[in-house]
Amino acid sequence: MQHNILILFAHPRLERSKNHHQLLQYIPKSKGITLHDLYEEYPDFNIDVKREKELLTQHDIIIWQHPFYWYSIPPLLKQWIDIVFEFGWAYGTGGTALRGKKVLHVITTGDPETVYAENQPHSFTIPQLLAPLQQTARECSMEFLPPFVIHNAHRLPFEELEKHCRDYYLLLVLLQQDNLPLTVIHQHKYINYWVQNKREA
Amino acid sequence: MSEFFLLQAIIYLSAGVFCVALAKRIGLNSVLGYLIGGMLIGPYILGLVGNEGEDIMHFAEFGVVMMLFLIGLELEPAQFWQMRKAVLGLGSIQFGVTTLLFYGVGLAIGWQWQMSLAIAMALSMSSTAIVLQTLKEKGLSQSAAGQASFSVLLFQDIVVIPILALLPLLTSQSQIHIVEKHSQAIIKDLPAWLQTAMVIGAVATVLLAGNYLVVPILRMIAKTKLRELFTASALLLVVSVSYLMELVGLSAALGAFLAGVVLANSEFRHELESNIQPFKSLLLGLFFIGVGASIDFKLIAQKPLLVTAIVLGLAVLKAVVLFIAGKIFKMKTDQNILFTFGLAQVGEFAFVVLSFSFQLAIIDKTWNDLLMASTAVSMTLSPILLIINEKYIDPYLGTQEKEPDKSTDTIEEKHDVIIAGFGHFGSTIGRFLRANGIEATILDFDSDRVDLLRKMGFKVYYGDATRIDLIAAAGAENAKILIAAIDSPAANAQLIKNVKKHFPHLHILARAKNRFDAYELMDVGVTDIYRETLYTSVHLAVDALKFLGFRAYTATRQGQNFIRYDEKSMRKLQLDRYNLQQYALSAKHQIEMQEKLLQEDLFQNLTDRGHSWGGTLPHEEEAKA
Repeated sequence: MQHNILILFAHPRLERSKNHHQLLQYIPKSKGITLHDLYEEYPDFNIDVKREKELLTQHDIIIWQHPFYWYSIPPLLKQWIDIVFEFGWAYGTGGTALRGKKVLHVITTGDPETVYAENQPHSFTIPQLLAPLQQTARECSMEFLPPFVIHNAHRLPFEELEKHCRDYYLLLVLLQQDNLPLTVIHQHKYINYWVQNKREA
Repeated sequence: MSEFFLLQAIIYLSAGVFCVALAKRIGLNSVLGYLIGGMLIGPYILGLVGNEGEDIMHFAEFGVVMMLFLIGLELEPAQFWQMRKAVLGLGSIQFGVTTLLFYGVGLAIGWQWQMSLAIAMALSMSSTAIVLQTLKEKGLSQSAAGQASFSVLLFQDIVVIPILALLPLLTSQSQIHIVEKHSQAIIKDLPAWLQTAMVIGAVATVLLAGNYLVVPILRMIAKTKLRELFTASALLLVVSVSYLMELVGLSAALGAFLAGVVLANSEFRHELESNIQPFKSLLLGLFFIGVGASIDFKLIAQKPLLVTAIVLGLAVLKAVVLFIAGKIFKMKTDQNILFTFGLAQVGEFAFVVLSFSFQLAIIDKTWNDLLMASTAVSMTLSPILLIINEKYIDPYLGTQEKEPDKSTDTIEEKHDVIIAGFGHFGSTIGRFLRANGIEATILDFDSDRVDLLRKMGFKVYYGDATRIDLIAAAGAENAKILIAAIDSPAANAQLIKNVKKHFPHLHILARAKNRFDAYELMDVGVTDIYRETLYTSVHLAVDALKFLGFRAYTATRQGQNFIRYDEKSMRKLQLDRYNLQQYALSAKHQIEMQEKLLQEDLFQNLTDRGHSWGGTLPHEEEAKA
């Protein structure tokens, strides 16, 4: 049985982002993949919790696609997590609605991978910086997969960007299959590398 | 109009104006001022008014009538039901025990039992007029003592009905005094049982007509939108009820009270209240002057000891009963003392019951005169008693209960929010507030709409909100917010100016049709102004941007920014607009204003060009390449 994927897309200024604009073009038009554009749906930040819960229930894999502003997620996505992941529904007593679902980030960031490390300008790796979200997933009994990261977002030549977009497409196709090799996936720092290995294989 | 009448009016009014102003200056209440004024001009001191004091009394009794009408108006049956324990409990103890005591005293003196009973009932009454007026002036209406006093007085006002109805049964038919003044000709010659039946019939008439005749007529009159017509019909209503009651020999005050209760649930409550209020105050003043003028100093001079004994004896007996009743109802001592002192006097209903009994030959002239004089003296002493309590007793009793800040009262319906104008604009606000559990007092001047909204379960009152007295009646004293949402900008501005002046504590949220109304309101110092033409237009424009492919969030933010900027520029232009030519709202001026605005917009960063969040626009990229 195929996995359904819910892409929660959060970008407060999509009109200024070539990368995300392009990434969105590569999302397969498949019945099992839902693109949910948060800033377009809720420009006033007034999130319809009931509807969001229904969407989550209907999907097995959740993708948080967003620019990596200040080492974190944009405010509307944070708001979404804060009010949708309710006690007794997502976590805590009787909170089992998200149990076993997979969740991962799709991130664009301006700087290269090398400066996200100890003794470098950003001091931490991206997976380290995502710790609060990883713990959020764990608290809701979800599987937190390695992130899909696009570095050098501002200076990316168009061909490079295209390559990333094709990887993204492939990732979505792969994730839809059942029997994901989770142990293998978890061996990669970024899920990009797993996709590239699959492509070369 | 006769010169004589004018002269009389001058004498009475100047006595009132002068003495009340003086009384207020030295910190006494207005009731005492009126009483002293009456004594001064009465036949025994200045002699400016002679025996026509009687006629004046008759005319001034209307003050009491109107006061009871207003009390009735403020008393919805539902609230009365909530107070029933206090009214029936405290009231019946006070009245029953006091009457029994006096009855015993009367028999001991050797009066006939009929006379003893009639006098005992008359003297058990306290003065609604003095007590309520005084409590209101001191802001004690909502204190425990105030509520208890109100309950007892209300019971007395009600119990007067059966008393006056039953008095004819006490008389021996043979010896009715011939009285020319009272117009009871119609039922005087009927047998006693029929008189009683007529009385009951009259009361029933008031109750039914109020519901099924008066309210529809008021609605019709309201549709004419003529204010003076409404005032006239309010007066007509009170006068007719009084006349009907007098016709069957009942107190007019009672009829008015009943009429008030019947209308308390109608949408005209506040409007009637504010129409009758000024008449009431004036006539009540006259009434007190009349009481002062009618004090028979000659009689008192002949039998000073007897009158003093009667007045003090009455006060002491009444006070004892009151104090014990207060104790039974677990009132705090300071409240109980206030309650006791307040109600220890003999009230204006005593005049009514005594004179009626005298006409029916139940009591003789000597005692009638004596007790009338004692009653007047007793009423005069009442405010003095309260002052003594306030100055010398209360401070030593420790706790003092003041009006509670929050309107926890059950007597009047008061909300934190008043909405003036309940058209499409106001009713949307009302619905939203209600959805969030906030009830508002709503005023509207369109009787058809009021009708409809009441059918839908809103509590809307009919009335012209620009009248400050109506705003007061709607509870502006205790409200926190006034939402001025009247459709006509002129009326809305008028309302706001009035409220700013008389109720500066009220926070005003004002509707404005456009920039120009908003400027007007800003000039008066209103800060929270909501232009009909701003938010809706921007909202539409935001959606237009979305249809053109803008991101929803960006369009929304742009809309919010535009509103923020526009409100800022309003403040700037408010001052500038006088530099534009002075002819206020001509089309040319409007166009100049628009032009100025559009010019200003060019210099503002109103487009989304900020460089936060990094990145460049795709088309800028292409331009560089």
